[in-house]
Order: sequence, then C-alpha cells, then structure tokens
Amino acid sequence: MSVELKNVSKIVDGMTHIHPTSLSLEDQDFNVLLGATLSGKTTLLRLMAGLERPSSGEVWFSGQDVTHVSVQKRNIAMVYQEFINYPNFSVFNNIASPLKVAGKKQDQIRRQVGEIAELLKLSEFLDRDVASLSGGQQQRIALARALVKHASLVLLDEPLANLDYKLREQLREELPKLFAASGSTVVYATSEPEEALMLGGHVATLHEGRVVQYGKTTDIYRRPENLECARIFSHPPINMAKIVKSNDLISIPGIAGWQCPESFRGRPDREYVIGVRPHHLSLTNMENSDRHVAVSGTVQLAEISGSSSLIHMRIDGNDWISESGGIHAYSMGENINVYMNLDGCLYFDQDGTAIH
Amino acid sequence: MISKSVKQSAWFFVIPVVFLVAFNALIPLMTVVNYAFQETFGDNVFFWEGLTWFEQVLNSDRFHDAFLRQIMFTSIILLIEVPLGIAIALSMPRKGPWVSVCLVLMALPLLIPWNVVGAMWNIFALPDIGLLGYSLNAIGIDYNFTQQPISAWITTILMDVWHWTSLVVLLAYAGLTAIPEAYYQAAKIDGASKWAVFKWIQLPKMKRVLTIAILLRFMDSFMIYTELIVLTGGGPGNSTTLLSIDLVKLALGQFDLGPAAAMSLVYFFVVLLICWVFYTLMMKNEQQ
Repeated sequence: MSVELKNVSKIVDGMTHIHPTSLSLEDQDFNVLLGATLSGKTTLLRLMAGLERPSSGEVWFSGQDVTHVSVQKRNIAMVYQEFINYPNFSVFNNIASPLKVAGKKQDQIRRQVGEIAELLKLSEFLDRDVASLSGGQQQRIALARALVKHASLVLLDEPLANLDYKLREQLREELPKLFAASGSTVVYATSEPEEALMLGGHVATLHEGRVVQYGKTTDIYRRPENLECARIFSHPPINMAKIVKSNDLISIPGIAGWQCPESFRGRPDREYVIGVRPHHLSLTNMENSDRHVAVSGTVQLAEISGSSSLIHMRIDGNDWISESGGIHAYSMGENINVYMNLDGCLYFDQDGTAIH
Repeated sequence: MISKSVKQSAWFFVIPVVFLVAFNALIPLMTVVNYAFQETFGDNVFFWEGLTWFEQVLNSDRFHDAFLRQIMFTSIILLIEVPLGIAIALSMPRKGPWVSVCLVLMALPLLIPWNVVGAMWNIFALPDIGLLGYSLNAIGIDYNFTQQPISAWITTILMDVWHWTSLVVLLAYAGLTAIPEAYYQAAKIDGASKWAVFKWIQLPKMKRVLTIAILLRFMDSFMIYTELIVLTGGGPGNSTTLLSIDLVKLALGQFDLGPAAAMSLVYFFVVLLICWVFYTLMMKNEQQ
C-alpha cells in the first residue's frame, strides 16, 4: 500500500509539532524516519496510523483519502519502544489477538500463529505467560502481532531502543527481511543514523517537525541536500569548518589547502562551509595521499567506542572528531595530524545548501 | 575464614529499637496474653485458668453472632466499594486541570476524623431532624435507624462506602495512570472494545494495587469501631454489634477481662489468618 501525506501539519495547543509536510511512500517499501528526539517522528507515525487527525492536509492510502477513516479500518499495525503486549495472555493468545478480533477460524489462527512464531523463534514459548519472558522475546511477540495481521502498513516507533546491544544488532538484520517477505509498507522511526544505514530502504530525515530530505538511504547519506540533513545523518556529529575559495584553491584558513573539486569550479570566490564525517578523518596517512590532506590539531579527548577510537580535537577554533578503527591512545593536549579524505568532503554554501 | 573481632558496643545501638518494640507491641500484647490464660480479682492476684476463656468465647453464641455479622458487613462493603471505586477511578480525567480537583474531592472523606464521620452520619440519618432520615420518611419510606435493624445496617454500609470508597478510588487511579499510553493505542489499533480494554489491559495492570486496596479495606472494615460506635452504638439491640464493639462491651462494659482478652487474641489471629491466606492466594495467582 502506498502512503501519501499531502501538506499534513499538526498543531497542539499552539505548538507546532509538524510543519506542513508532504511525503510519498511507495508500496511495500521499507522507510526510515530519522531524527532526534522531538523532531516529530512519533507524531508522523501517529498521523499515518490515524491515532491523531492532522490539523491541516490529507493522508492518502493507495490513492484514497483516509484522513477521516478510523484507526481500526486502516488495517495498520504498530510496534512501540515499550514492549506492549496483553499482560494476562499467553504468548499464543497475544499473537492470535488481531486474528481473533478479525473473526478468523480456529484452525486458521493456529496455523498462522504457528508460522509467525516459527519465523520469530517463539515456537517454544507459545504457552508461556508474557511477563515471564525477556525484553527481547517480549518485543518479538509485539513484532509477531504486527506481522500476523498482514497489515498493509506497519509502523515501528523505535522498536529496538529498549533492547540490549546484541539483540538490537540481531533484530536490525532480521527486520527488513521479515517485512520484505510480508508485503507490508513499513515506516520505522529511529534516532540512530547507524540504524537507518543498516536497515536500508528509504529514509526521511526530520528536524524540528519538518522533513528535511527524503530518498534512498544511501543517496541521502552520500549526497545530503543540505547541512541540516548531513548533521542528522551523522554519528558521531559531522565535523564542520569555514573554508575559503580563491581561484582554484580551497583552504581552511591557516590549516590546510587543496585543489578545488570539479563541482566547485566557476563558483564565486568567497566563504563556504565544509562537512567531513568523522570516519573520513584517519589517523594514518593513506597510500593515495594526493586525495588526503593533513590537518593538525590538539587532542581534547580520546575515547574508545566498540572497536574504534574517537579522537576529539581542537582545530583552530573548531571541535572535530576523528573516528578510526583500532584502539589508539592519545593524551590530552597532544598535537596530532589527521588526514582528511577529500573524496569524503561535503561542500555547502553559506546558507547550508549542498554543492554537489 | 576471616575472624572478625566481636564488638559488644553494637548492642548499644539496638537498645532504642528494643525498647520501642517492647513498649508499643510486645508488653501490651503479653498483658493481653496474661489475662487470657488467668483469672484475676484485682490486687495483682492471678489464678491459672488454662484454655477456659478460649473455650467459653469460641462456644458462645454471642461471639458467633458478632463474628457472622462482621463477615457479612465486610463482605458487603468489599462487594460495593471495590467495583464502585474502580468505576469512579475509570471515569476520572487522566490529565488536565480537573485531575487535582477530582483527587482533592476524593481525598476529602479520608481526611475527616472517624468519630466526626460517625457523628455526621448519625445526625444526617436521624428520622426527625436529619436530612436523609427526614426526606426518606417524607416520601413515605419507613426509615428509622435507631429502631430498625435493616435501616441501621443500610446506614452503616452507606457510611462506610462514603468514607472509604475514596481509598479504593485513589489506589485504582494510581494503577490506571501507570499504564503507558501506548497500551491504549495498541488496543485501539487492534479494534478492541472498551470492555476488552478494561478486562485485558486495565484490570490486569491494576491487579497489584487492587490487591493492596482489598487487603486494606478488609482489615479496616474487620476492625471498624469508631464510626460505628458513634453512629449506632451497636444497636438497635445487638443488630450492628460487630466484633470490635462486642469486644469493648465485654471488656469495659462487663469487665470480663479474661474472656475479653481471649477474644482479643482470637480476633487478632482471625484477621492475621485471613490476611495471610488472601495475600498468599493473590501472590500465587500473580506468579502463574
């Protein structure tokens, strides 16, 4: 089912939660809403679900206006950050609940629940009480409920946020496959750029109640339309600095300079902004060093995250972060050189629009 | 093994607690035990009686009647207050300025001193001058709680419901507000009816607080004294003489210290036993 938001806005008690937004999601696509807390992800989901009515604009499903159609009639399923299951039901009855409401026959219910339970590795727990299971299993039950319904639209509101690291990784991998097989259109809200990348499909970046950009996840990651989008889609935060173009040279004044890229030629000589993702700043000089520029700064903090090191540095008034594989120890105040990958640099005009 | 040096000075810190517990629980209780097994005629002279008083109390019709009345009273008020309390809690607003108004209104009966509650209802229900009693008689209902056992019972139950339903409401309301909004949304998406939401989400989620509410209401109603003695004094006749009133009549009215002490202990163990059985059953249910 395709989903279309036509100039939808939401204002509650004079506060604008969603500015007029248009968004068009293809049938059976996996879509991610990426944005920080309070950027409007949940409100958008609720508008799609019909749990809230838009203050203006329309919601269309498969070419039909459903703005005033009730939640029950929209054939959707929703999974939340909290593990929402019927507290007194067994796992079987929990998964079966949407089918029972729909008035399906007993043997059909048993078959469908069995299949879904198999898929989500819940078969051995079907007779158990929900409360006796772990968080990961409880969330699997909630997912199973969403899947068994064969909803045309499945909305997932940070479903993995309350799970521990390992389970999150595992489910992140499984989820797109599960839903691809189900034939549902999926909208998945998350605040983690990494998660959006792993899930693939399409992504809509959100900032303060506006959709900043929508498109294929990889496109948006590689070619953000503006600084805001690049900022949303980068973790650790994207590094920024003012640059100056003069003739065919670009420089971060007093730090580094390099040849102007193709897309930049012919633009007026003045100040621009550069954005460099932390993993494009490496600690070692690469072999094809003509594509790398050395930048020197002082170490402010060196932290280890997973199997990579994050080096926070001060580079002439800018706080930058470099992310590189392996464990590296630096002490505070140390002077270091990092090598900036010119192919990874994103250029922006002063107003924030990207220059590709 | 690591040998620890024994510091006797630690005992010093336990002494206040020992005194506190001794004076407010152990010594009074032991006094009652003392009276329950012995006969005294004053002057601190005691004669050993063994289980005589217990046998006498447990075999007396008077105790049986009071006990039955007590069970009936507690059952009735539980059957009214718990469902009513849940119903009121469900209809209270979940957010907005009215929440505090409702909560204060609900808490009011709980803030009134118990004997004042009794006095209020006594005056309110008097057939000649009370608003309730006078109005009922004016519309042709023969009502006089000072003379008719049924009227006395109805008045007593009304008073208790008025006084204590709030407690159930407040506890149930606390349980309700603890349910995340997402549950209601999920139910809405599933197309669950209001009754289904109540039965499968709200009631199970309120189970713990309701257990406590029922326990508290059971204990308090089983030991009701102050409001009742002011309202009916146990009458007319013995019709509203519940256990505690009977006990006071026995101990202070007739000064039968031995039987009264024995009855106190029986009374205490009955409350303890019922609470224990109730709690164990509820908790067992919880684990399944």
